[in-house]
Amino acid sequence: MRKHKEFSITFNSISENEGFARMVVMAFMTCLDPTLEEIADVKTAVSEAVTNAIIHGYNNKDDGKIKMECKIRDNHLHIEVSDQGVGIENIEKAMEPLFTSKPEWERSGMGFAFMEAFMDELDVISSPGKGTKVKMVKTIYSA
Amino acid sequence: MKGYRSEQKGTTMILFLEKEVDHHLAGEIRKEIDDKIDCGSIHNIIFDFKGVGFMDSSGIGMIMGRYRKVRFFGGKVAVSCIERRIDRIFSMSGVYQLIPKYPTLESALESLK
Repeated sequence: MRKHKEFSITFNSISENEGFARMVVMAFMTCLDPTLEEIADVKTAVSEAVTNAIIHGYNNKDDGKIKMECKIRDNHLHIEVSDQGVGIENIEKAMEPLFTSKPEWERSGMGFAFMEAFMDELDVISSPGKGTKVKMVKTIYSA
Repeated sequence: MKGYRSEQKGTTMILFLEKEVDHHLAGEIRKEIDDKIDCGSIHNIIFDFKGVGFMDSSGIGMIMGRYRKVRFFGGKVAVSCIERRIDRIFSMSGVYQLIPKYPTLESALESLK
């Protein structure tokens, strides 16, 4: 059976919402009958994207809005996480493993590397002052 | 639902992590450990991952940060009971080049003696 469904939510930029975002996506994707490994991959990627929006997009301030949109098209899970924060000046640099613009906050610089490793597609759209949108796709093979 | 508990054996602090280690929990753990490091009561730290099913890059940042902090005073950091999934996260980040892993908490404690 072909599956088409979607949802979007907006939540504020507090760290408690990282776990909330992971739970929501996990619940949404269960209809694809994913393996535990696939669930873990998606949870990690979502956690990284939402954490980036909070820490980098909104500089750890709690009054920002983060939008998460998810779609299922057949066995492809599409996830978009967007913020209207500070944006990224050099996306290529930001995506280098171990690079971080916030070493003083003990960021490991592995966020984008994990998103890239655990999802099948990753696209980052950003401009300074306008915010960032992270688009990811994961194909669920057990479906 | 604190997400972790801690115990002190001599000058070694053991962090029993539970369930999910993310940016939110990492911030709370960091504060508790740093208070103890700053007042001089601990030297070494063991992060025990028994039962932990999830960790993201924020957990890596927190552990590496504690490593840098205790190393300054000659202390050590070790991790124990790492499941396959978290093992991959650690490996990808290069953590094992600086922090050793042990199959059990007991072996980690033994290594710090």
